[in-house]
Amino acid sequence: MSFLAQSAAANPWFSWAYLHANADTIRALAIEHLSFTVEAVALAVVVGVPLAVLAYWVRPLTGPILASAGVLYTIPSLALFAFLAPFLGTDRRTVLLGLVLYALLLIIRNTLTGLSQVPADVKEAASAMGYGRLRSLLRVELPLALPGLLTGVRLATVSTVALVTVGVLVGKGGFGQLIIGGFRNNYHKAEILTGAILCVCLAVVLDLLLVGLGRMLTPWRRSSGGRA
Amino acid sequence: MNSFQQMITWLNDPLNWTNPNGIMTRLLEHLRLSAAAVLLACLVAWPIGISLGRRGRGAGLVVLLSNATLAIPVVAPLTILPLAGFGFGAPPVIVALALFAIPPLLATAYTGMREVDPEVRDAARGMGLSGWQLLRTVELPLAVPYLAAGLRTAVVQVLATAGLAALVNGGGLGMIVAAGFGLGLATGGGQVLAGGLLIAALALLAEALLAGVQRLVTPAALRRSA
Repeated sequence: MSFLAQSAAANPWFSWAYLHANADTIRALAIEHLSFTVEAVALAVVVGVPLAVLAYWVRPLTGPILASAGVLYTIPSLALFAFLAPFLGTDRRTVLLGLVLYALLLIIRNTLTGLSQVPADVKEAASAMGYGRLRSLLRVELPLALPGLLTGVRLATVSTVALVTVGVLVGKGGFGQLIIGGFRNNYHKAEILTGAILCVCLAVVLDLLLVGLGRMLTPWRRSSGGRA
Repeated sequence: MNSFQQMITWLNDPLNWTNPNGIMTRLLEHLRLSAAAVLLACLVAWPIGISLGRRGRGAGLVVLLSNATLAIPVVAPLTILPLAGFGFGAPPVIVALALFAIPPLLATAYTGMREVDPEVRDAARGMGLSGWQLLRTVELPLAVPYLAAGLRTAVVQVLATAGLAALVNGGGLGMIVAAGFGLGLATGGGQVLAGGLLIAALALLAEALLAGVQRLVTPAALRRSA
């Protein structure tokens, strides 16, 4: 019962003194957390969108592609990191690869939804204008599927921010280092709450940025007669 | 010897299964924590989801809650709850896991009630059913496929996140992975892999089993392929 002795000392949930003394550590972890998130989502888009297009073009592959991404998504994050760590070591690649595999399903599924919602007459019009398959995809179908893709990117970003914390398993968990580190460091409440709040804030800020980006990229959705 | 061979060796040692802190103990711990968390989440989410769905109110709240919990890292409630008066041991872990099981249960209960055909509801009322009878004999049976889908998502999610309880020494199969990391990857790599394999197998098994259950309780007319 060693923690009973600690309760006599001040252990507030929030402390400016803690923030001041550890500003450098917190900044470094913020950069780690942000770079993990951005890299993982970017890689998931680079891999996921072509897979979604493949599933969209080749109908027999839709089921297998969605199912394998679904299996990867069902594998618990802890297990995924445990599979990768013995082979990649406690490297940042372990965390990054785990995050990408996780984000894939969200990107593929939402891009595919976006693509399959492109109206048939629009596609007909494109082909009637002499657009080939690839040009129609790049100029007509993918732009119209952008809202779906953006939904996928938003979901993937928010869940990746939360998932980075599991990286503490290999010592690279961004703000998760503060949350778990504070817990192990004699239940240091200020450290735990700082990590948790910053983690949620990062998710909210990135989500708002993506909403803004979505509005910029799809101007036609704003001007369509007051529909949100 | 590489990690993969180490894993086979580790899993083949009967002592690793029957030890006081062996696989069987950890598996039972994992299942107990998960079952309690899902039960707690059902007790909270279903009544709220059903009553909101019947009145057709609170759709915004349901969506907001699902999005908000997506942004919360599982380790946050796992570390904060024990220090916020829940005490140490199983209860804070169960509450933390339940928090993440509530959104899918709530959302599906809400949708299940919304999807009941208003004409069916009117017909039942016209036959003189009271509110309670209507719920019990008409609305709930029609909502069973939705409730089952939500339960499946919630169970698989809780079984998956229960592994993270090990980060705060909370028990479950994650403890095997954590112990492996404790030994260092050179010697504990096999154990890390074995723990990961057990957790993944449990989640995938539950997913497959519950998908079957969901199919069984869904009337043939409502089944959609894929």
